[in-house]
This record gives sequence, C-alpha cells and structure tokens, in this order.
Amino acid sequence: MSKQNPQLDTQGNLKHFLTIEGLSRDLLTEILDQAEGFLGVAQQAVKKVPLCRGKVVANLFFETSTRTRTTFELAAKRLSADVLNLNISTSATAKGETLLDTLRNLEAMHVDMFVVRHATSGAAHFIAAHAHPHVSVINAGDGRHAHPTQAMLDMFTIRRHKQDLSRLRVAIVGDIMHSRVARSQILALKTLGVPEVRVIAPGTLMPNSIEESFGVRAYHDLREGVRDVDVVIMLRIQRERMNSALLPSEHEYFQLFGLTEERLSTAQPDALVMHPGPINRGVEMDSQVADGPRSVILEQVSNGIAVRMAVMSMCIGTQNLKIQPAGDADG
Amino acid sequence: MANGPRISIRNGRLIDPASGLDGETDLHIADGEVLAIGAAPSGFQPELTLDARGRLICPGFVDLCARLREPGHEHKATIASETRAAAASGITTLCCPPDTLPVIDTPAVAQLVYQTAERHGFARVLPAGAATQGLEGVKITEMAALKQAGCPVLSQADRPIRSTQVQRRAMEYATTFGLTLFLHPQDAALSEEGCAHEGLVSTRLGLPGIPEAAETVAVARDLALAEQTGARIHFRGLSTARGVAMLTEARRRGVQVTADVSMHQLFLTEEDLECFDANCHLIPPLRTRADREALRAAVASGEISAICSDHQPHDADAKLAPFPETAPGISALETLLPLALRLVEEGVMDLSTLIGRLTQGPASVLGRDLGRIAPGSPADVCVFDPEATWVVSPATLVSHGLHTPFNEQEMRGRVSWTLHGGRIVFER
Repeated sequence: MSKQNPQLDTQGNLKHFLTIEGLSRDLLTEILDQAEGFLGVAQQAVKKVPLCRGKVVANLFFETSTRTRTTFELAAKRLSADVLNLNISTSATAKGETLLDTLRNLEAMHVDMFVVRHATSGAAHFIAAHAHPHVSVINAGDGRHAHPTQAMLDMFTIRRHKQDLSRLRVAIVGDIMHSRVARSQILALKTLGVPEVRVIAPGTLMPNSIEESFGVRAYHDLREGVRDVDVVIMLRIQRERMNSALLPSEHEYFQLFGLTEERLSTAQPDALVMHPGPINRGVEMDSQVADGPRSVILEQVSNGIAVRMAVMSMCIGTQNLKIQPAGDADG
Repeated sequence: MANGPRISIRNGRLIDPASGLDGETDLHIADGEVLAIGAAPSGFQPELTLDARGRLICPGFVDLCARLREPGHEHKATIASETRAAAASGITTLCCPPDTLPVIDTPAVAQLVYQTAERHGFARVLPAGAATQGLEGVKITEMAALKQAGCPVLSQADRPIRSTQVQRRAMEYATTFGLTLFLHPQDAALSEEGCAHEGLVSTRLGLPGIPEAAETVAVARDLALAEQTGARIHFRGLSTARGVAMLTEARRRGVQVTADVSMHQLFLTEEDLECFDANCHLIPPLRTRADREALRAAVASGEISAICSDHQPHDADAKLAPFPETAPGISALETLLPLALRLVEEGVMDLSTLIGRLTQGPASVLGRDLGRIAPGSPADVCVFDPEATWVVSPATLVSHGLHTPFNEQEMRGRVSWTLHGGRIVFER
C-alpha cells in the first residue's frame, strides 16, 4: 500500500512503465520528445542505435498478440538489445507453473527487462513488485487495467497532427468497460492537458462510474458524442461480447456505434480517426473511414515502434538519446 | 471442564454488558466456572492470583466466523494453530463455516472439528453445519443430525444458494429444528468473476466489479423468504449501507433477522485497493466510505449485533498472484481487539457497547449461554491491557495466516491472559 509511485526510482526516473496513472505531464512529454528523436532511426540505412546494447529484453506474452509483440521486438532490436520472445499463453501455466516460477526462471537468464502482456488486471504491477531490483517491467496490456505504450503512441500520433493539445476535444468510442486501451488513453489525454474527453458506448459497455472515476463525459449516442470533436478513437469490439448478454448482434452495434463518413460529418472537418487495431471492418467502422483521408491508423503502428524505443531506453538505456537530425545517429 | 484451578483476578476493571457490570472488582473462578464477583466466598483459597491492575476484564470474545482450515486445508492452518491464535486474541468461542474438505455436512465431520478443538483445549469451536450437501445448493443436509452433533447454526459459507426454491426449503427445514441460518448475502450471478466493489476504484483499475446490488438483491430475496417461512436468519458480513437499511426496516417489521459485520469492513474501503494490494482482496469486497460509516453506525445502534474477525488464514502462495487471481480473505484474529478499541478511540461507540458486540451480541445469535460473566457460567475470560502497543508483523502473529492489510501498523491493546473453561490458555 506504499503511496510512493512504484514506477519511479528514488531519483524520479522511469524504472517501470506500468500505467499512466501517477506520471507527470513532464515525464509523458519527455517520452513523446524522445520518441520524436527515434522516428528518424527508421529512415536510416542501418536502423539501429546502441542505447541498449548488451541488454536482454524478454517479451513475456501470456495472451496472444501479433502487432504489439512485433513492435516491441523491433523497438528492442533497433536499440541493439537481445530479444527473447516467449508465448506463455498455454505452455507453462498449463503445466502448473505459477507466474512467479516463470519469472524466476527468466531472471536466472539475466534478463534486464520484461515486456508483459497478461489477461489479468494488475499482473504487470505484480511482476514489477516481485522482480529483481535491477529488472524493469513494461506493461504491454494487463486485463482491463492499462496499456500505457499504446496510449502514448496514440498521444504521439495526435501531437504530430494537432499541435495544441490544450484545445482538443477527443472522443473514444466502443467497449469502454473492458478496454485497457481506453483507460490508459483517458489518463494520458487528461495528464497532457486535453480539456474535453468523451466516451461513447451502450450502457452494457460503459462503467457506471466512468464520469466520476476519470473526469470524462459519457454519451450513448454516437452522433451527439462526436459532434465538433478533433479526434475520434475507435476501440476494438471482441467477438465474444456478442455471445453474452452485453450486445445483441454485430449488426445492431454497427447501426448505432459503427463509424461511417456520414456519422463523422458532425466532427471537425480535419478530425483524426484512430484505432488501436486490429479493426473489425463493418463492426467498429466501415472501410471508407478506415482507409479514408482522416484515418491515421497505419501511422499509429509506425509511431508505436518509436514510442516503445523511447520508453525502453528511458527504463534501461545506458545513455540518453541526443536528439539529432535523422541519419546522424551512431549506426 | 470440571476440576479447573481456583483463580482470583484482582484489581481490574470488569466489564460485562450481559450482566450490566462495569467497575473495578475482583473475579473468582473455580471448577471451570465463575464462582463469585467482588468479595471472595469465605474460605476461598485461590491457587493463583492474577493482578489485573490497569487491565480490563471481560467475557472471552465470541467470534461468529473464523476459518480454521481443518480438515482439508492443513497447509494453510490447523485447528490447533488457529485456536492457539484465538486464545492469544482473547477469543474463547468461535464458529467456523462449513467449507472445509470434506464439507461439514455430516455429524462425523462436525464431531471431528469439535473434538479436535476440545483435545487441544485453547478455545471452544462450534462448527456451523452446511445447509446443503457439499454446499452445492441442491439437496438439503440432515439438519437434525447436525444439530445433535453440536452445530449451533447452519451456513452456506460464501457459496450462496442459486435456486430460490432450494433456499426456501433450507429455511423451512431449518425452522423445524429451531436452527438459525447464516447467509452471506451475495447474489451468485451478479458477483460472478468479481473481485472488488464495482465503483470508482474498480473502474479505474479495471478490476471486475461486484455491484452493491449483488448484496441488496440477496438481502431482499432472503428477507422475503424469511418472512414467508418464519425462519430465523442471520446475515453474515453485511457490506453496504443499503443492505443495512433493508435489515433495519425488516427488523422493524418483526422479521427474525440479525446481522454481523467483519471488523475490517469498519476500517478499510475500496480506496485501499490502490496498487493492487492482495491483502485487500476480500469477499464481500471493501466498499465506499459511506458504506463504512453506515456499518459503523449500525454496530453502534445495535442493528448489527456482532462484529466478527472473518479470519481466513492462507499459505504464502495463495496471495502470490495478480490481484484477481489471489485467494480472498485475511488473517484477522489477532487484530480483532486492537481494531475494536480504535472504534472507541474514534468515538464510534463506548467501551461497554463495543464489548457487547464481541460477547453478548454474537453469543445470542448462537443461542448459547456464553459471552457473559455470572456466577455459574463457564469461566471464559479475557484480561487485556488497553494501553499496550505492538506492531503487526509475521513475527508477532501467532496464527499460521500472515496476510493482513494492517501489517506493519502499530496497534494499541493486547491480551494479557485468556481463560477458557477456567484454565489459563494464554498469558503474556
């Protein structure tokens, strides 16, 4: 029950990256600025910098993922770290090994950083609390709780298009209830000074106390919710929600909450459309919007690598990145 | 319990709400019973005199819910280890829920628990008999046989009966034998997969919630059935202000219902879950400050007539997992008294009322002549130093359960002697 932020070391530097909660605006801005510097690395002939040379990063995925794992892997490799990829979704735990056993075995291999995805809220905090003191933990998504690097890459993408965050209206649409992405996005938007954050969902996918918990405005009507907004973030709907009492059908969901060009027309003319992927076309949005001029969905993916490089190097980098013009960094 | 030693406890302040006693007086014990209060009978020669100057003397506490983990979960704790911890906490009678392995749904298991406790002699253990076979909520148990085997009450532990019809039948059959039914009011479907109060904190942390309605729906159902069947029911561990309001209203109407609260519910709230502290994983979940205040008020007024430890000792591994995957429950025997005294310190109620909620109140729910100090009653006595301070830690706890949200906190109030059946079972 320590009140001290478990993510920061005694000097206030980033040690783990578990959640946006409790991090300052300055620190989030530093992540974005660092990521800006890393964006150039992808344009170099040799796409590598030596900031994490000699470090070992283990991607510990207890839940399957392609995109997030791949971008973390690329980010670590571009920082010159050695990378282990472990998909533990079924293997170890099915054999009765506990999470802590898995952790201890990997620590014995002298891993410097765990990138963790787990289906249970609080898993990343648990691992950070029980890892060796020299090990850093990055949360790549835990249950419904947090997915802070996703939120930061979204902030990065928004900042590249909209300079002044303090004037924005942002709407997040979809399964707010079960979304770790939404929780981290809301916290990041608020911390970075976005004055109006709206969440839009049917009653079954909207937590009752969302307004009080997060200081957002809740809408049940998509048209009303996206009116005059500068950014619309669509969330993925898991298919299994249709098999419970949460939603009646994909058809009705799309009729009411699917984003179309027509429904987007009440937003600002230059509104950005975002999605953390993978998209269910025809459920969350139609292809016209997903592939349209206002969509920055693929850009989010590229930005994800730079943002993850920034967070990783801030946690375990041996030196700070000198922000230099693209192509000038050490190969 | 015959042939216990002759003991005089002198110079202490004796508080016994059941007898209306509160004052400095002496207490004399012989043959396992209270012999006299005040002056010793002429010719009484104590073998042992305890000087209780500056201490309080009260009936040994009666705890309506403490898990001992035996039989079946001895890797967590045993009847011997936990009754020893109870003695160190001033608790002389405890009622254990039937969720052992095997379940206490036959006289054999009930007797095993009762007799094992009696053999160790630290405290009186009254096993609650299961209301349904295997606690499965399908077939009712042989309640008459369980009663004869010494079960004072029936319980479903924390596995609520899903079928309203089975619940009704269990109540009706229990009524046949005058047995009270302990109910943990939590609707099974509404609490499924939940691990925290559905509210501000669970929303922020993304923890699956247990809504307030999980309790109020169950309370409403069970009150309606109690009214219909004339059964006597007891809500074990209320957690919400609305639950308390419904209880109060039903009692006004004459429904035969009583209720208790777990001690930690009077101190902790959902806000203590920050940082996913597994020691705050409790069922029913920690709720809001408003709920806590309503529970405190109800204990003070007597609508809630008992405070329990809700002791649940666990092995280390049970709490070594991400929050939702940990086992709920905490080690709570030894913090019962010092936390209780905090209620007095914080002005929630006076000392005599408080002692009543730990002695007379729970004893009357069990329908046993316990929890009082009167000539002829069993000499179950707690003598404690209300000023002694100590720090909660794995090193200071007697229980095998070491998980507590109060770890590393300083506590005021510590047991000096515990007498069970006229014998000293603990001294410090």
